This record gives sequence, structure tokens and C-alpha cells, in this order.
Amino acid sequence: MTLAKVVANVVSTEKHPHYKGHKILVVQPIDPEGKPKGRSLLAVDGVQAGIGDRVLVVDEGGSARAVIGDETAVTIRTAICGIVDRVDIEDVGAVS
Amino acid sequence: MKLGRVIGRVVCTQKMECFEGLKLLLVQPVDENGKEAGAALVAFDVARAGEGDLVFFEAGKEAAQANPNGWFNPADAAIIGVVDAVDGGGRSSGARK
Repeated sequence: MTLAKVVANVVSTEKHPHYKGHKILVVQPIDPEGKPKGRSLLAVDGVQAGIGDRVLVVDEGGSARAVIGDETAVTIRTAICGIVDRVDIEDVGAVS
Repeated sequence: MKLGRVIGRVVCTQKMECFEGLKLLLVQPVDENGKEAGAALVAFDVARAGEGDLVFFEAGKEAAQANPNGWFNPADAAIIGVVDAVDGGGRSSGARK
């Protein structure tokens, strides 16, 4: 799982049947401090997330299908499985 | 899944049987602002996409599963949907170029 921030909503009419009825969001992976890290990607929403939310994203087919509760949706690979309330980081001092 | 812009079409007469009847399109990955993000790739289409369309595609083993000719095929990218709009933080970008 990775931390990410929801940055946009994708609207699509013509799509594969596996994606029908699912909200698709653009998520930007971030580090624990909230700094963007790497390229944005699209994820199917399993937890009613919205723009601006910090979320947990799984980028593996089996996990994503478990999130949306449909094991027959074999073309789906990325899903949002949690909305993050906060991240507590232990202060390790020596690490700058 | 990633966003991409269809920038061309690939025509192959000689190809594996599992790709018969499928449209192969050249896709430039883009970010949510439409900026290029990485190298272009070839993906088969199951969403009736065309040149200039903003699409979303799946790369990796899940792409092969979208092939209507059966799941056992070597595809590594599939266009899964055509994007109508990308809305984020009060702004909206049209899908057609």
C-alpha cells in the first residue's frame, strides 16, 4: 500500500464493463510529510474518497479486486482502500 | 491505471491470432493536466477510442485480461475507457484535444 492524495475525478462513459458503477480518481503518491513522490495514477475508489483526501492505495490486482468486492473484475489493478486520518512519525533525531 | 492521449494508430497485418480484430493504438501517457509523462506505448483498445482521445489504460498483466479473444495472450497494455472530463479542485479539463 502507498500513501497518496486524491487530486482529480475522472468522468468516463465509454469504458470496460468491469469499471461500470465505480468512481475513478486521479491519485498522486506522496511521502509521509505530504510531498508528491513519483507520477500520478488512476485508482478505483472503494471507500467513498474525494478530492483533497489523503488515502491508502493498493496497486496489485488481487488486492484491488478484494477492495471493490468483485473477484471477477480481472482488469482492475489499482484501488483506494482507506482514507488516512493522520500519520504519526517517530522522531528519530539523527535522520535529517 | 494511467491517463493517456491517443496519438496514432498501429496497423499490423502479420500478428498473433489473439490480436485479430483488435485495434492497436499509440498512446502517450499524460498527467491530470495533460502534460506528457513518460514514453509512448502501444495498447489494444476495448473502449472504442480514436486518435486525439484522452483515455485511461491499464498496463501489466491485468491488460491481457481485457482481451476479448481470451485471457492467455501477451498484451501488456489495454485502453479500458475514454475520458469525458477530468475534474479537480475547481477546475475541469475537456477530454478532446
